[in-house]
Amino acid sequence: MNCKEFIDFMGAYLDDDLPRPQREAFEQKLAECDYCRHFLETYRQAVAVGKKCHNCEEDGQTLNDQVPEDLIQAILHARTRAE
Amino acid sequence: MNRSATTPTPKAAADTPHHWAIDEPDFLPGLKRGDPEAFELLVREQTPRLLALTRRLLGQDQDAADALQDAFIQVFRGIDGFAGDARLSTWIHRITINAALMKLRKAGRRNEVSIESLLPVFDAGGGPPSTGVVPWRNPEEVTDIAQRREMKRKVRQLIDQLPDNYRTVLILRDIEELDTRETAKLLDLPPGAVKTRLHRARLALRAILAPLFERGDL
Repeated sequence: MNCKEFIDFMGAYLDDDLPRPQREAFEQKLAECDYCRHFLETYRQAVAVGKKCHNCEEDGQTLNDQVPEDLIQAILHARTRAE
Repeated sequence: MNRSATTPTPKAAADTPHHWAIDEPDFLPGLKRGDPEAFELLVREQTPRLLALTRRLLGQDQDAADALQDAFIQVFRGIDGFAGDARLSTWIHRITINAALMKLRKAGRRNEVSIESLLPVFDAGGGPPSTGVVPWRNPEEVTDIAQRREMKRKVRQLIDQLPDNYRTVLILRDIEELDTRETAKLLDLPPGAVKTRLHRARLALRAILAPLFERGDL
């Protein structure tokens, strides 16, 4: 397996979707190749950072502060019109 | 807001992005009766997270507010027919995603970067590029940096530049934590296409974040 194939298979590997022979080849490449090991690690970090930067619970106060009251009122009025 | 005796007080939130503070079995009858206070409570409870969701998909502009309003109108109109075979919060979450996707399809987008330019390149034999490996800071440092408010904003802005068909999959799968099947249904795509797009979107995400986290950059 070369580095391109390793990266092509990475999503399926993380989803546990790889058939056993490809999984074994993937893990062998992971053990042998610094580039692929680094790439997989940073891929995982990037996904984690993406999640963290959208974490509602951590930003809960900010989110509540950012809800305009006029939007709430518009939604409540829309309900009256929808009835 | 004064709550009537029939409108329950919200209880503890569950642990996923679309499970909210409302205790559904107690809360649903008030909604089905058309109790205005129940609806107001629902709107006030859910709007922060749902507006955050529509803003993720549509940006900070009026479209996000309009999509949320459209979603609540569908909720008001559909609550009588809600059979309870899914969680109320899940049902409303999906309605909101659909409303936002409808707006997105109508509006088109701008300021997109090409996905191809963000995918990794290899030499002719599928080996690594001649630039080799540029190390990132260690995972603890990356986590610390990603917690800074300014950095969160910057990362969100970078993600917002991804092409819609990749960005929406990334948001639905990784941020909203929908599974492949649900995402495929909402986007009207085969599950395999969702998996492929998610992988390419994550590769692009890694590429746009790399300058922020490579050693020596901050």
